[in-house]
Amino acid sequence: MINNLSAKNLNVWFGEKHVLKNVDVEFPKNQVTALIGPSGCGKSTLLRSFNRMHDLSPDAKIEGTLTIDDLNLYQKDIPVTDIRKRIGMVFQKANPFPKSIQENIAYGLRINNLSYNQSYIQKALEEAFLWDEVKNDLKMPATRLSGGQQQRLCIARAVALRPEVILMDEPCSALDPVSTLKIEELIHKLKEKYTIVIVTHNMQQAQRVADKTIFMYLGEVKEEGKTYDIFNNPVNEITKNYISGHFG
Amino acid sequence: MQYKKRIFIDTVAKHTFKLTGYLVLALLGGIFGMLLYNAISFFAEVRPIDFLTDREWNPTANEPIYGILPLIISTSLVSFGAMLIAIPLGIGTAAFISEYASPRLKNILKPLVEMLAAIPSVVIGFLGIVLVGPQIAEFANLPNGLNALNGSILLAIMALPTIITISEDAIHSIPKTYREASYALGASKWQTLLKVTIPAAAPGIIAAVMLGLGRAIGETMTVLMATGNASLFPSDFFDSVKTITATIAIEMGEVPYQTTHYFALFAIAIVLFFMTLIANLIGEYFINRFRKYHAA
Amino acid sequence: MQLKFKKLTPIVEWGTLLLTTGLVCFFLFVILYDIITKGWSVLSWEFISKLPTQGMTKGGVLSPIIGTVLLTLLTAVFSIPFGICCAIYLNEYAQNNWLTRTIRASIRNLSGVPSIIYGLFGLALFVQAMSLGTSILSAGLTLGLLSLPYIITTTEEALLRIPASTREAALAVGATKFESIKDVVLPSALPGILTGVVLTLSRAAGETAPILFTGAAFYINSASGAMNQEFMALPYHLYMLSTQHQSIEEVRPIAYGTALVLIIVVFLMNLTAFYIRYKYRKNDQ
Repeated sequence: MINNLSAKNLNVWFGEKHVLKNVDVEFPKNQVTALIGPSGCGKSTLLRSFNRMHDLSPDAKIEGTLTIDDLNLYQKDIPVTDIRKRIGMVFQKANPFPKSIQENIAYGLRINNLSYNQSYIQKALEEAFLWDEVKNDLKMPATRLSGGQQQRLCIARAVALRPEVILMDEPCSALDPVSTLKIEELIHKLKEKYTIVIVTHNMQQAQRVADKTIFMYLGEVKEEGKTYDIFNNPVNEITKNYISGHFG
Repeated sequence: MQYKKRIFIDTVAKHTFKLTGYLVLALLGGIFGMLLYNAISFFAEVRPIDFLTDREWNPTANEPIYGILPLIISTSLVSFGAMLIAIPLGIGTAAFISEYASPRLKNILKPLVEMLAAIPSVVIGFLGIVLVGPQIAEFANLPNGLNALNGSILLAIMALPTIITISEDAIHSIPKTYREASYALGASKWQTLLKVTIPAAAPGIIAAVMLGLGRAIGETMTVLMATGNASLFPSDFFDSVKTITATIAIEMGEVPYQTTHYFALFAIAIVLFFMTLIANLIGEYFINRFRKYHAA
Repeated sequence: MQLKFKKLTPIVEWGTLLLTTGLVCFFLFVILYDIITKGWSVLSWEFISKLPTQGMTKGGVLSPIIGTVLLTLLTAVFSIPFGICCAIYLNEYAQNNWLTRTIRASIRNLSGVPSIIYGLFGLALFVQAMSLGTSILSAGLTLGLLSLPYIITTTEEALLRIPASTREAALAVGATKFESIKDVVLPSALPGILTGVVLTLSRAAGETAPILFTGAAFYINSASGAMNQEFMALPYHLYMLSTQHQSIEEVRPIAYGTALVLIIVVFLMNLTAFYIRYKYRKNDQ
């Protein structure tokens, strides 16, 4: 098993608050890893550390080693935009740009000086199971799509940059059950090409989509392993309580 | 290379934005510095004590007298009169819009208030001359109606939109639970309004009044056109008055640059600056106090 | 007796508030009624397309209209870029420290500074220190400064409504911060910014005090549009016709016409702003 994304001894502070404590995690290539845990346990913070989304919060302090393959993500001479090109992200609430559907896909390519053509855009939309629904309305403002469609557009937008990893921060929490299932189906398909890390509150979702699950609590990794094992034979008492719904 | 260029643009943009932020500071500093610099030139020639205590403003006399008192009294009198009219009308209207008006009526009244706010002051001043003035003259049996009362009425109209809008926000943001608690004790709608809602919204309403007052003190065109501009000590609302703003507006057009009289106008402007500043600072203090308790 | 009184009080109470509201509406009605009825008869194509003639007792108000339009455009040119940049700095870059708080406090205070003091500042800085003379350029710069705090405040409110996730979306596909602002944040906030800008400019178009000593002219016989020339403007024209003209009674109808034109200009700008706001809200849902 190859790990292409990992964090070693990661500590994150926001001001005085110590949000991640000595976190060691590895995300295997071409697998889906779910990050679960109660609100405020640091799972989103961990996710965002990988594509350096904390760079712009002046009070965030990050220590530790984060790597993709053997490249240190926080190495000084690496352009942060390159990191984000390699590690895409999908957010909790669909956040399409206030542009046309086509422009939403093209934007990332254009600013990163990547050449593209129409068939490239089509391919990205196809990969996100969206092409058939929008192929006649590529010039339509993306904000007119339904919530589920918007989220798939955001996935297409991330996919278009040919990343190695896609980070997903509760991508279905704002969606209806039908749209959610569609995205989960999509995730299954996407892991053939990409490494996927997904933060979720939904235990069933984690079991449906993830190969590996990491349980976090109060900024620490409490337990990790194969999804089946975590949900069926949890070792840690807190994990047991959490997955059986005693708190959350 | 491409990346370096993008980062360069990013850095340049960041510093440009930052610079504009600092320039705003410089603007306020510049305005104050300009007033101060010219006022100091004035006080090099006229003793501050005379400026503050002389009872006459007559810069064109053979022996010019620069007493700011009549101007301050005039400004205060007109603004005070305006508040006497605008406070009850403003709060009453705000209470009506917030507590009594149906949503449909609200949707009519609010744009009306915005319309009133949009009317340029010079138009209101014009109506002071052609409409309010003759009415006052007839009513009080005076040769003309260009006096403090006229100015007060017009300034009240100018200040009303500010007072209504901010008071309405304040009353509106009082939580429903306050009212419900009052109703539960058997209080009527009116009692609740007077004894519960308005007291709870008081800091916001005071802020509204202070900001309206600041607007009235600093307003130029209406008072310039409608108050007659006789620089005497006014004795009542039927006297003609000459406010600080009107004095600057009239005399700055006539004085040669860099003379004592010219500098004198900056000296009274600095007094005006502080009068409005104090009104606005008090208003801001109460707004902050209000926000603390009723985070909007 | 007691019972009757009790029944009556709510009506009296309600009536009091209704009366205050009615009076405020009455003010507005009287203002509009007087200006519209007396200005309407003067208003004609001639009136808005002819220059003033015969000592302004005849002719139209074309030169004040042109002056006001040019002046408002200049105000826009000077205040919009500056104001938007400053709002971007405050909302997107500035950290919450004493310096930022001081800048915000200055902006609030600037919006409370009387307009006549902006006039004095324009006179001292642009007319004299920068030797631009009494000109439309000086007046436009002065009104630009006056408009600045309003542009900043309304732009910042519009930026504040853009959720953080919109910015992150751009960053996540590799945009720099400036690119995210330029390509995503500003276009999203555009309707809100536009509403504020148009409202601010409508206010500037009606201002008189700041242009009194910075460039407004009693009368000029052509509307050349040169930047270093004095100019006529609608509000100043109205002021002159109603207080300074040698035959005030004779020009009164023209004054009414001017007031009506000014009000129409200002209201049209306000309507534009409300239309943008309305359309934007509708699209938002």
